[in-house]
Amino acid sequence: MEQRIKALREQMEQQIAQVNSKEKMANFWQSFLGKKGSIAELMKGLGTVAKEDRPAMGKVINDFKVQVEEQYNILSERMEQLELQARNRREAVDITMPAVRRPVGGLHPLTLVKNEIINVFSGMGFDVFEGPEIEDDDHNFTRLNVPKDHPSRDMQDTFYLEDDLLLRTQTSGGQIRVMDRQKPPIKVLVPGRVFRSDSDATHSPMFHQMEGLVVDKGITLCDLQGMLDQFVQQLFDADVRTRLRPSYFPFTEPSVEVDVSCFECGGKGCSLCKHTGWIEVLGGGVVHPHVLENCGIDPSVYSGIAFGIGIERITMLKYGINNIGLLFENDLRFLEQFKEA
Amino acid sequence: MKVPFSWLKEYVDIQVTAEELQEKLFSCGFEVEELIHLGGEISKVVVAEVTECEKVEGTHLYICQVNCGEYGEKIQIVTGAPNVYVGMHTPAALDGATLPGGVKIAAKPLKGIPSNGMMCSGEELGLNEDLYPGAEEYGLLDLPAETVPGTDIRDVVGLNDYIFDISVTANRPDCQSVLGIAREVAAVLGCELKMPATDYTVSDVTVPDLEIRVDAPDLCPRYLGHAVRNITVQESPRWMRRNLALCGLRSISNVVDITNYVLLEIGQPMHAFDMDQLQERKIIVRRAKDGEKIQTLDEKEFTLNPENLVICDGNRPVALAGIMGGLNSEITEKTTQLLFEAAKFARDNVRRTSRALGQSSDSSARFEKGISEYTTELGMARALHLIQELKCGEITASAFDCSAGAPREGKRFTASLRRINEILGIEVPAEEVLKILKRLNFEVIRDGDRLDVTAPRYREDIEVGEPDLAEEVIREYGYHHVVPTFLKSATVTSGGKTPEQLRRDRVARVMCAQGYNEVCTLSFYSESDLDLLKIPENAPERNVLRIRNPISVNLSVMRTLLAPSMLNIVVENLKKGNHEGRIFEISHVYLPGENGQMPEEKLHLGFAAFGDEEDFFTVKGSVEALGNVLGLRFAVERAEDVSYLHPGIAAYILCEGERIGVFGKLANEVTAELKLHKDSKANHKIFLGEIDYERMIAHAAVSVRYQPVSAYPPVIRDLALTVQEETTCGALMNEIIRACPSVSQVELFDLYRGEQIGEGKKSMAFKITFMPGDKALAPEDVDRFIKKILGNLKFKLGAEIR
Repeated sequence: MEQRIKALREQMEQQIAQVNSKEKMANFWQSFLGKKGSIAELMKGLGTVAKEDRPAMGKVINDFKVQVEEQYNILSERMEQLELQARNRREAVDITMPAVRRPVGGLHPLTLVKNEIINVFSGMGFDVFEGPEIEDDDHNFTRLNVPKDHPSRDMQDTFYLEDDLLLRTQTSGGQIRVMDRQKPPIKVLVPGRVFRSDSDATHSPMFHQMEGLVVDKGITLCDLQGMLDQFVQQLFDADVRTRLRPSYFPFTEPSVEVDVSCFECGGKGCSLCKHTGWIEVLGGGVVHPHVLENCGIDPSVYSGIAFGIGIERITMLKYGINNIGLLFENDLRFLEQFKEA
Repeated sequence: MKVPFSWLKEYVDIQVTAEELQEKLFSCGFEVEELIHLGGEISKVVVAEVTECEKVEGTHLYICQVNCGEYGEKIQIVTGAPNVYVGMHTPAALDGATLPGGVKIAAKPLKGIPSNGMMCSGEELGLNEDLYPGAEEYGLLDLPAETVPGTDIRDVVGLNDYIFDISVTANRPDCQSVLGIAREVAAVLGCELKMPATDYTVSDVTVPDLEIRVDAPDLCPRYLGHAVRNITVQESPRWMRRNLALCGLRSISNVVDITNYVLLEIGQPMHAFDMDQLQERKIIVRRAKDGEKIQTLDEKEFTLNPENLVICDGNRPVALAGIMGGLNSEITEKTTQLLFEAAKFARDNVRRTSRALGQSSDSSARFEKGISEYTTELGMARALHLIQELKCGEITASAFDCSAGAPREGKRFTASLRRINEILGIEVPAEEVLKILKRLNFEVIRDGDRLDVTAPRYREDIEVGEPDLAEEVIREYGYHHVVPTFLKSATVTSGGKTPEQLRRDRVARVMCAQGYNEVCTLSFYSESDLDLLKIPENAPERNVLRIRNPISVNLSVMRTLLAPSMLNIVVENLKKGNHEGRIFEISHVYLPGENGQMPEEKLHLGFAAFGDEEDFFTVKGSVEALGNVLGLRFAVERAEDVSYLHPGIAAYILCEGERIGVFGKLANEVTAELKLHKDSKANHKIFLGEIDYERMIAHAAVSVRYQPVSAYPPVIRDLALTVQEETTCGALMNEIIRACPSVSQVELFDLYRGEQIGEGKKSMAFKITFMPGDKALAPEDVDRFIKKILGNLKFKLGAEIR
């Protein structure tokens, strides 16, 4: 009997080594653990064993059975693993094949920059007002303290629809509309399209400006620079500084041109800043008392600061665009480069 | 504005370098756009004295030994110039020298004879006759004998000079002259200004019968005339020719040069009439008669109208006021007596006439910016002084001064020191304020905080007191004194975009999410853009606002539709080889106001999709996604009457029964006219859409309320129907929804046409979702719903279950 078990154990080990499919697994089970399998056979043969030897022999057979079952379970687990691996191999894809998708579009770079500027100033408490693009002479010029005979009224610069109807040449007219409907404190941005009859490599007959206006008590030129410092640091780089220098706009006095230290070279001088270390970004100044008076605001009580940003200019600086025409060509290969991160 | 450094030095004792002065000017508001160093390109060119000169037989060459002082007393240079002679002083470019235009000189043999450089002509140094007499003569430049060998040639011929090209802001017309800039230079350097001489003596002779009259004082508030006789027209002196040349003007003759000189120096445009050509010895300043003609000095003829101001003699225009003199009264070599004109003309009138006629000049450029009467007076006096200094005429007693009566003194006002500092936000010491204003020629009397100020007469830009003074003070005191403060006294406000502006941002983002790229197109286009879209003549979109002065006809009408702009962008992209894409823009269209009202600006959402993968339903999907985000359910209605869309593949977008927009495939007849390669497949897949943005938004949900979701699972049933070909999918779906309130969704999942169904019929299979309410749906409930649905479909649309 023991001889027999020993032979069977050897047989089992041989068979296990050969099992490599479900079918062979089943055969294995049948030949050892099945109803007519070797173990059943051994159990039957137990009757022939001497009575006093039976319990011991029964235990030996049973141990053998447990051993076979263990072996079978290990085998079965290994088989499942093998099969899963095989299936995974079958199902594997070439991950470098092209994706199936509808590409997502993007906002126009001018919109991205406009929103970015608005975000910065919103945080400072600025409202956003959008005035009409078709204006009258009063809002676009007269009440902004542009004298009747000022060169900027000339036909060369302004598109006229009728005698008193024109396409706004600046968003500054928005100042007037805001101050007509709201009294100080005022903090407002006026973004929008503006139009001038200029068209060449550096000019488009339509472009975008963003006017900013603060009117309150005790507002000074120092506030203009302090506020713009915050703005350019958020927009460009925490290290940039502003520089004011004298300029002229009819609706501000004093008027200033605002330069930022070059964010490309840190002020050392490079091609972007034309080796001056500074880049001109916007104009501004202290609101002219005539403009406040024209809107029924007492300049002896209130004062204001105003600034005007050319959105195209900032956009071109920010993205390194060297030709304003690209912004209006709307070539998809150009537009698709501007994604919001 | 071109200002020579050397000319500035005639009025101000400048002790700083040109670069330092450039910085100073920049800081006080005068940006030097370009600082031109005249001899900047010249190096290692020195005075040479020819000590030996030997002709090389059989050639045109001379072997010279030259003395160049410290550079070598015996340098051999070969020249071909025939005017060389022993003892000549002439410029020599030595080995390694550079000349204007980047020319490099190196020692190299000429016809085998060693030569250590090149002797130069005036022109090789960039000189002309006005800059240096003799410069244009053929051959080597013959320098005076007293020039020292080895001296840098630039110091000898006046090329060690700079030209400041200064941009002058529109508020400072008083700085459109060398003197004007000199005033600023004197102020910023704290130096004294030496005024040009303006004295002259008048003879006791008068010109009989000479009369000057201004009939249009509104356009000519000041007119000075002064007669000069016994004129000798000749060459101008060297210093005058040089200064004119530095500013880019060619010398003509003494009298003409004086007018140009005064223009550049004082900023007053002058004119000189040949008095013998003035008919009736009269000058009348008046508006031109309709159709009146004038031929200007440059021999161009213009036909005038009463908008143009002219200077006339007894019979005809002799000058176009402020722009250019007439050919008929020009100064010539034969002129013996002349009439000087110095005037102030209204700047907007000069500008309009100049633009209307397309004629401009240095004079009109200055008049357009504005001339003060101080300048007018100074200019006349300077011109007369120069006549005397050049000894080229006798100044008669015939002087005329026509004035509209403007005061002859500077503006006076009072100002508060405290207010000046309040504007700036810093404390500028009172003494500093007074010092600065004095340097700028303001007369100031201080009484505590109060300043009594008289502005200089030429400062017509000064008007309101403290803000003007604040600007003057800070630009001299220095903007670096401004201490940035972050709105320290301003009220705290909340700020941000309005809900409506935020919603527009969201709509834009939804379009992006659908694959549309935002574009930015011009607000104006051409009527031919409407033609291309076959917009009928009587359509409302043809009622356009026209630009009176468009840049070109292509940009001449304000757009009433975005569709043409969208189509243009599609076509441009196709031309560039971008075969597919989606674009959109939310922008204004412009409609004329009714009954004198302001024009209306309406926001439209325009979009386009093109490329092989697009069809009506891909675009419809993006429209529905848009509605979904806004909480709107869009319906469609066949649009057969939109001129630019395919009548069978276009739909109106309906929102709560209102048409809010349209989209569809570009009409075949429009596609056929596009300037594109005919064989490109993409041409035939262009879809356009346009939505009245504000009308759409009016329907949008104001706020979101939570709707309870059923706790029980939905039941889904499929239903295949056979219907007549004409029966639309939409009609079936509507009927299914209407038949049973429990239906939450109907989806078409199969469409079949074929023999099994028969001609003129089609089979449509729908997936219907039933949403339970407060209890689960039993199969028999759903059976009942289906029965009801089938009954309705059969009755209303003749649909049979398949």
